[in-house]
Amino acid sequence: MAAETVSNVVCPLCGCLCDDIEVIVENGKISNVKKACPLGKNKIMGHDRIKAPMIRENGEFKEVSYDDAIEKSAQILAQAKRPLLYGWASLICEAQRKGVELAEEIGALIDTTASVCHGSTVVGVQGRGAPGCTLGEVKNRADLVIYWGCNPQEAHPRHRARYAHSVKGMYRPNGKKDRKVFVIDVRETKTAKVADEFVKIDPGYDYMAFSALRTILAGHADVVPDTVGGVAKEKLVEMVDAMKSCEFGVIFGGMGLTQTRCRYKNLENVISLVDELNAHTKFTLIPMRGHYNVNGSGHTLAWLTGYPFAIDFSRGYAWYNPGETASNDVLLRREVDAMMAIAGDPGAHFPGESLRHMAKIPLIQIDPYANPTTELADVVIPTAISGVEVDGTAYRMDGVPIRTRKVVETEYLTDEEVLERILTRVRELKGGN
Amino acid sequence: MNEVILITGRTIAQGSNLENKMSDAYIDAAARCEMNENLLTRIGASVGDAVKVSTRFGEVVVNAEKDDGLPDGHIFIPMGPWANAIVDPDTGGVGTPAFKGVPANIEKTDEAVLSVKDLIARYREG
Repeated sequence: MAAETVSNVVCPLCGCLCDDIEVIVENGKISNVKKACPLGKNKIMGHDRIKAPMIRENGEFKEVSYDDAIEKSAQILAQAKRPLLYGWASLICEAQRKGVELAEEIGALIDTTASVCHGSTVVGVQGRGAPGCTLGEVKNRADLVIYWGCNPQEAHPRHRARYAHSVKGMYRPNGKKDRKVFVIDVRETKTAKVADEFVKIDPGYDYMAFSALRTILAGHADVVPDTVGGVAKEKLVEMVDAMKSCEFGVIFGGMGLTQTRCRYKNLENVISLVDELNAHTKFTLIPMRGHYNVNGSGHTLAWLTGYPFAIDFSRGYAWYNPGETASNDVLLRREVDAMMAIAGDPGAHFPGESLRHMAKIPLIQIDPYANPTTELADVVIPTAISGVEVDGTAYRMDGVPIRTRKVVETEYLTDEEVLERILTRVRELKGGN
Repeated sequence: MNEVILITGRTIAQGSNLENKMSDAYIDAAARCEMNENLLTRIGASVGDAVKVSTRFGEVVVNAEKDDGLPDGHIFIPMGPWANAIVDPDTGGVGTPAFKGVPANIEKTDEAVLSVKDLIARYREG
């Protein structure tokens, strides 16, 4: 069979959801990927998969059928008093919806990778509002782009070229020449090196910097100290001038705001800054979401439960209180007695103290690939890769839903099928009690 | 012992192996500690030497790498199980552990960098 090129594939790696990828398919297998960044290319190309479902017996994995692994998973979840269903980032909204059904059925906590990522952004937005826009508006209109605490050159490699910097837009026909890019970070990142201005800030001083910028914007520069978090007052005044005088400004916020001192308060403060800038010009904020559909997990959970992550169904209705009900909160309190990790890798991305508890409880993993979570898992169910072998809906970092494409066929069950079968069996088990 | 501030985060190599974490490429990408030349000199290490980074929450051995983009006294370990062995698990009242800005100590060591399997096995033991 001749090689076939599938065009306009949506990349299922990061929140950019680049939708111009070309995938070369030969004899039903992917042989090359064009236009994607190294992150996306490696994901779409794929590599050795988990071959079959597995159950751990006496410390060693034994390959089993899907039926056996689903039965074992259903039993673990049906018997648990405080189960946690975590992940939900690297799959499509249709499977996330099924996850909420399962959580409600068993009175589980359901939480997404946002809780170790942009959860603080979501909480900040709930407190102060979301002054967002689409990446299309950034491309066509933005003349001032501020990357604050994020490093797209490494985490979202095509972000600048497709949406924010070198790209030519309707009102920015000269691309890079028509825009000014600031990077605010604690270190000189690869993004800082390609920006027009790099402003180095001390770790944990973002909140104070936003307060200083707001104070200067309000006309009270006289009360701002000579330096704030290592940034000279003159530089802060220059930044405010640039912000006030631009036609369309955007701040892209990253983990430098959410995983450091002040967490969601950083977001509330920067959103207040953006709000106040709108008295002078058009200004917006977009969180640099990491996983390709972690934003979708927030949308799906919110329209089904009212809350975007860290939802606790143990009361029989949805309860939300991150700080109490997020995955690491309940793991650190040793409260969870069974866990499912699906389309997220807590083994790699949770602190060691949380992993110590995960090692002690029954852990079900649903994922195409072996990873550190597999090392702690008791049941492993391999699935098809959403966005490559399954089509469905994903939300880009700016909240635009995009239909991802199916490129090749697979023998693996989809996440949605596995969840549906676990849910059906859990209902039978619980109904029989 | 040298007191430093630990930052963790994404890199191109870490992201390129996001779905390939049991590979040697992932160890190269994530079991590393970047610091500037001054700090390398101060701890008596060269690029590729093993260094032990410890915090109130644990210790981990990773390979020293040079990045002069880091201010003096700051180290960067890519996000992943090596970094997470020593980050601050406290969720700050909002569910998110402190993956950035953690006070740490760094020193040269003769100990070996653990593989993913051996690193995670430590949690099974308690």
